[in-house]
Amino acid sequence: MATLRGGEAGRQSRRARIDSAPGARGAWGVRLAPPMSIRSRREAPLAAVVILAALVLVAIFADLLAPHDPTLPVPGANVFDPPFWMEGGSTAAPLGTDFQARDILSRLIYGTRVSLIVGLMGTLVAGAIGTLMGILSGYIGGWVDQVIMRVTDAWLALPAIVFAIFLAAMIGPSMWNIIVILGAVYWTRYARVIRGEVLTLREREFVKLAEIAGASKLRIIKRHILPNVANTAMVLASLTVGVVIIAEASLSFLGVGVPPPQPAWGLMLSEARPTLLAGQWWLTVFPGVCILLIVLATQLFGDWLRVKLDPQQRNL
Amino acid sequence: MAAFIARRILYSVVTLVILSGTIFLIVRLTGDPVLLMAEAGASTEDLARIRQQWGLDRSWAVQYVTFMQNALTGELGKSFNYRLPVSELYFQRLPNSLQLGLFATLISLLIGVPAGIVSAVKVNTWWDSIAKGVALLGLSIPGFWLGLVLILVFSVSLRWLPTSGAGDWRHVLMPAVALGWYFAASMLRLTRSSMLEVLGSEYIKLARLKGLPDVVVIAMHAFKNALIPVFTLAGVNLVVMVNAAVIIEVIFAWPGIGRLLYEGIFQRDFPLVQGVVILAGFMIVGINLVVDIAYAVIDPRIRLTR
Repeated sequence: MATLRGGEAGRQSRRARIDSAPGARGAWGVRLAPPMSIRSRREAPLAAVVILAALVLVAIFADLLAPHDPTLPVPGANVFDPPFWMEGGSTAAPLGTDFQARDILSRLIYGTRVSLIVGLMGTLVAGAIGTLMGILSGYIGGWVDQVIMRVTDAWLALPAIVFAIFLAAMIGPSMWNIIVILGAVYWTRYARVIRGEVLTLREREFVKLAEIAGASKLRIIKRHILPNVANTAMVLASLTVGVVIIAEASLSFLGVGVPPPQPAWGLMLSEARPTLLAGQWWLTVFPGVCILLIVLATQLFGDWLRVKLDPQQRNL
Repeated sequence: MAAFIARRILYSVVTLVILSGTIFLIVRLTGDPVLLMAEAGASTEDLARIRQQWGLDRSWAVQYVTFMQNALTGELGKSFNYRLPVSELYFQRLPNSLQLGLFATLISLLIGVPAGIVSAVKVNTWWDSIAKGVALLGLSIPGFWLGLVLILVFSVSLRWLPTSGAGDWRHVLMPAVALGWYFAASMLRLTRSSMLEVLGSEYIKLARLKGLPDVVVIAMHAFKNALIPVFTLAGVNLVVMVNAAVIIEVIFAWPGIGRLLYEGIFQRDFPLVQGVVILAGFMIVGINLVVDIAYAVIDPRIRLTR
């Protein structure tokens, strides 16, 4: 093991490092390198799965769970009521009320829906565009490859968030527009990675044999290429969801995302801003914690999925 | 070498043509720019006059060629709201954005590099786990929310720092932390993997075989080489931060480029938005080109790969 690590570069030594027990020592007493991702446990990270499952359930059953209508003032409550454990708070609005006396808890619950729908659908759109582009670019090659790769370069030349803000400002705010916009912004990573995979797949024997057997390009892509890049696409997707959710919150915060009075977490943060200095911390803290939780859970889950589905990426 | 540089420059030019063409098309496909440029309730004659004044009555192809010609000479149109050339506004704000970006880069390096080195040297210990957690939080905490929480803690509760505007170091501290936070996580990851790779290489093995103490091996031999990619990323990140700090600049009322873009969007200042977006693209393509060429100069192997 030690000789592998010290000597050879590349996959061999990585394998050796991965397979070594945590804490094992190599030559010179240097601990062998385990990658950044979850190493000792191969089962799904429990906390992440629990958080994600809970959030999905909250989103589905928002109508049943939310104590109040998220777009209407709570009857009998004032604006900026604090959470129930503070002086002046009440259990009618357990996490307090906002500038229109709306219930924060109910808005958070409905906001889960927006975040999950935009996160998942946006990732789906990005994944579909990117996977298609990557396969076309890698498998067909030639000028198609050149065109797609140059477009990818151009897309990557702009910071994703600036591009998204620009598109959202031009196209106009609505939840479905945001999904399409974020999909149109975040597909490039899929295209690059999947193109790379397809380039090696293309040279593999089963693809060559299928070509010799006279299978059409479309059939080869459908039967042989797509199933072999599906894992990679899944891993990329799991790591994109969090990015898309933060991007949606950012757009909503800037006022070019989900329009009011819809309850989106980014929008809630935006609405809290004018009174930030007045010390009504609950308006700012709770939506942010929700974003943090959901993104943290998807990142943990994505890290685990990456290790599980793609052993070669374990060292990243 | 000359062929490599020529190819890279060609690619960059193609990238910029596609980028500007895309933005040009989006602006025209999503609505009539004349309506965006005119004040609300402008008469039909006014609209026609603006159309002619901006050459918007000609075909798209002609418009695009003119647009590119102007862009190459630094003429990106005049801001509707400020009545000033877009490039002038951009370069007026650039020093502020650079200041914020430099501080944020500094913070991301101060967090990311030491944590990355410790986690690579003490790999698989609880030091490593802490670094893992920091990296994860860096990706999960939205920078703008961190900014809001910093304001709540340090301005509202403790009253230590001013909430907005530019000025001395106290003004730049919170926005720089909020902006640098996300980048610190990527610095950490890169430092760690880069250190691990170097620590596993032949010359480090030799240094250890010579009997050099660990501190010398890590500090003198590994550190220098491992940090080349890290500082490259820091440079690229700086250019990205300068152009992409929209939300942070809005929250802290920082008079930089991001805020200029934000103001442009809300005042429907279409030439300003288009110009700032394109200038951002130019800067980032430029820094990437510089990095590519610099790496090719340093490392001959890169020249041979396509």
